[in-house]
Amino acid sequence: MRPFGYAAPATVDQAVGLLEAEGSEALAGGTDLLSLLKDDVERVERLVALGGVTGLSGIELAGGMLRIGAMTTLQELRDHDDAIAALPALSVAIDGVASPQLRAMGTVGGDLLQRPRCWYYRRGFGLLALAADGRSMVTAGDNRYHAIFPEGEARFVNPSSLAPLLVAVGAEAVVRGPAGERRQPVEALYRAPEVDGERENTLAPGELLVGVEANVEGSRSAVYEVRQRRALDWPLMAAAVSLTGSGARTERARIVLGHAAPVPHVATAAGDLLAGQELTPETVAAAADAAVEGARPMSGNRYKVQLARTAVRRALGRAAGMEI
Amino acid sequence: MTDDAKRSGLSRRSFLRSGAAGALSGGLAAGLLTEEAAGAAADTDAPKTVGPGPVEIELEVNGVTRRLAVEPRVTLLDGLRDRLDVTGPKRVCDRGTCGACTVLEEGRPIYACSRLMIESAGRSVTTVEGLGSPDAMHDVQQAFVENDAQQCGYCTPGFVVATAALLARHPAPSEQEIEAGLGGNLCRCGTYKGIRAVVEGAGGGGVSGG
Repeated sequence: MRPFGYAAPATVDQAVGLLEAEGSEALAGGTDLLSLLKDDVERVERLVALGGVTGLSGIELAGGMLRIGAMTTLQELRDHDDAIAALPALSVAIDGVASPQLRAMGTVGGDLLQRPRCWYYRRGFGLLALAADGRSMVTAGDNRYHAIFPEGEARFVNPSSLAPLLVAVGAEAVVRGPAGERRQPVEALYRAPEVDGERENTLAPGELLVGVEANVEGSRSAVYEVRQRRALDWPLMAAAVSLTGSGARTERARIVLGHAAPVPHVATAAGDLLAGQELTPETVAAAADAAVEGARPMSGNRYKVQLARTAVRRALGRAAGMEI
Repeated sequence: MTDDAKRSGLSRRSFLRSGAAGALSGGLAAGLLTEEAAGAAADTDAPKTVGPGPVEIELEVNGVTRRLAVEPRVTLLDGLRDRLDVTGPKRVCDRGTCGACTVLEEGRPIYACSRLMIESAGRSVTTVEGLGSPDAMHDVQQAFVENDAQQCGYCTPGFVVATAALLARHPAPSEQEIEAGLGGNLCRCGTYKGIRAVVEGAGGGGVSGG
């Protein structure tokens, strides 16, 4: 690693002040950032360590609202019986994260803001991976794990394990910055960069993800991941669903795909299709088809369209408590 | 865990905080993301930035307080091996994907390659050397020997530590708990059968965790 400075703020305001300076980067669990620094993919002047910042860790459940501090480790969240009881699908999303070591080190904020796994990005070719002649290395090269819903030149996938579920349940991200606190839907944390050098998250310099909040009452949620390996890897495809409504009829359904697009991909049409419907093998299959409508796979990732369909079907089945 | 405690790692007070991880989830919940927390954080005096040159830190390694000056960029793994001559944790992938560097920090299994040593300041770290010695082996170490659970031995220190962590959490782990608990360690010789025998022996009361 190249040399860098290190600061350990005690308060969110101190952290924000430090992060405003160019070249400063927040250090949470470090499991992703350190690899990027070792590989010289990212460079920093100073790391701002968040481990000692008051008010960033912890879990609160009150009146159906689940609040999770950004520096809460994945293992702490997994071990929090009340949080898991309130949103059982969290356990599936967390158990899918690589390994016990990474769950002990990795944080909720770090999972949400980890950098893409795209191997062109990881080799230093940038998030858009454009060759000198402007052509995409991804479309011309090995794109087996890339997006089936690319946005512009962005063809990497969002790697977060928690984001699809949090987006499905309508969670909000709490962000603190120089101008104070703002709240936005978790999906608004993400964007597809339009030019290389742009980040894939929407945090401005000096802004810090403080935590996430979700109303977890009155809905049934599920996550289904399709994986090549059970440990030390990311899923090939993931679907998260959240259903409201009593009895057999679904009032509202929200379906989100992970590892499908540069951002958590909200399958709006698929969700709309289920509104007011009873979940049956037929309606579920129709929703799964709708979820992949408009997919634009590349030379090597056509299989992911079927994985997405299957993931949606099985996640809906899990949420509804039926074998599909 | 107070922030005084966190910061004191840099101001050289050493302490053991076993069980701190457990306390975190419950203890710090109060005031989370609330106005009180925002108000308490009103002080904007920037804390000192240290480095990139060496910074004095103190940490506890295998029960002994160690003091040294490290650059912030030095990982816990490199600091242990190259500076403190604690060579049990192995440097294999150096990217948090093989487990050979697994150590316990405050009792939790972590990848020493993926943590900055400066982040471990003020904390306790246990490596395979700290679990037991050749003359007085930890139960897990003894069981690795008895079950022939190693071949080239390079992954073994990490596996021993990960196994101890697994058994501390689940004294009689299920099949699923074994796979999840040791899923962060790889053995290219394929000694998994022996390692599984080590862990399953625990169910019969042969091996205990911690």
